[in-house]
Amino acid sequence: MSVVKEFTKGLWKDIPPFRLVLGLCPALAVTKAADNGIGMGIATTFVLVSSNVLISMLKNVIPSRVRLACYIVVIATFVVVVELLAQAYFYPLYSALGIFVPLIVVNCIILGRAEAFASKQRNSVFDSAADGFGIGLGFTISLGFLGAIRELLGNGTIFGFHVMGTSYEPFKFMVEAPGAFVCLGLMLGIMNVLGRGSTTS
Amino acid sequence: MEYFALIISAIFVKNILLAQYLGNCPFLGVSRKMDTAIGMGMAVIFVMTLATIITWSLQRYFLEPLNLVYLQTIIFILVIAALVQFVEMFIKKSSHDLYQALGIYLPLITTNCAILGVAIICAREGHTFPQMLVFAVASAVGYSLALILFAGLRERFEISRIPKALSGTAIGLVTAGLMSLAFFSFFGMVA
Repeated sequence: MSVVKEFTKGLWKDIPPFRLVLGLCPALAVTKAADNGIGMGIATTFVLVSSNVLISMLKNVIPSRVRLACYIVVIATFVVVVELLAQAYFYPLYSALGIFVPLIVVNCIILGRAEAFASKQRNSVFDSAADGFGIGLGFTISLGFLGAIRELLGNGTIFGFHVMGTSYEPFKFMVEAPGAFVCLGLMLGIMNVLGRGSTTS
Repeated sequence: MEYFALIISAIFVKNILLAQYLGNCPFLGVSRKMDTAIGMGMAVIFVMTLATIITWSLQRYFLEPLNLVYLQTIIFILVIAALVQFVEMFIKKSSHDLYQALGIYLPLITTNCAILGVAIICAREGHTFPQMLVFAVASAVGYSLALILFAGLRERFEISRIPKALSGTAIGLVTAGLMSLAFFSFFGMVA
């Protein structure tokens, strides 16, 4: 039962980056289009699940004084794996994401989950995997959603398909840097309102 | 003239924070007070310059001759982590007040993607040593400038009426968006 609970909390209660306000840089940078956002989310999920599982297995071996350095090495290893895989099989996505592929290593969500969840004695390896998968999936959904909004308003397309008709004048602001900040800020505000409703009721 | 263009470009046109989205977590975290923003800005300038010099040298004289470029991410992050540890020890000894003020955010410089981001950009662009140095310092100055300007705006939030739903990070991001729009007007200044 606890595995299901750890998995589902990432989808709504702790959904990053809205509830768990971490990992803002990729959320702002790669959400110009929905497919980029989802690609980034999947790459992050892979690293998150793998590093959570490995760190959870190694938690009794890693000395607590150098644990952060150890976590970073583990995470960086999986990031290199993702980097090479993406370069070999998903080159268009790899070049669209640019430096944000190697920068997964400094995504605070991953280090945060390693420190706050996977390294705790009471959480088993399966719990850690479920936690990583849930949070990662939540991140993928958020990024896809943000990407879809920005792509729709800024380009009139979703996943590259024109949906707004020919008379639609693209709102270029949304696909540029300022639009990213404002869009994410307003989304956080909306999530605050929705969250307040669900906690009081 | 080339370096002047590089400086203007790194500080204003391609500001790493507002145009390239790097280093947002500490940006929103430490910008509540002017003092901490200044401290963080100085720490970033120091760490970013040192980190970029070291990673650039490693890339040029170690990784590239030995065909180990695929290890770039791991090596760079380890160098940065070690460097941040050193800066933390240094600040702890030299300025206790600053250490108190920065608190938990100093270790977070390790996961400040601006540092690793600038290191990787320098390695990928193939800058020469002087170009790399100018670019790293200018980027760090641009980051600190944005951070300090933003802290100034954010201190006003204390006395202004903000819709309840937007309080905290949400209004911070919207403000950052407006600042980013302001920085956008530098676009086209440098070809």
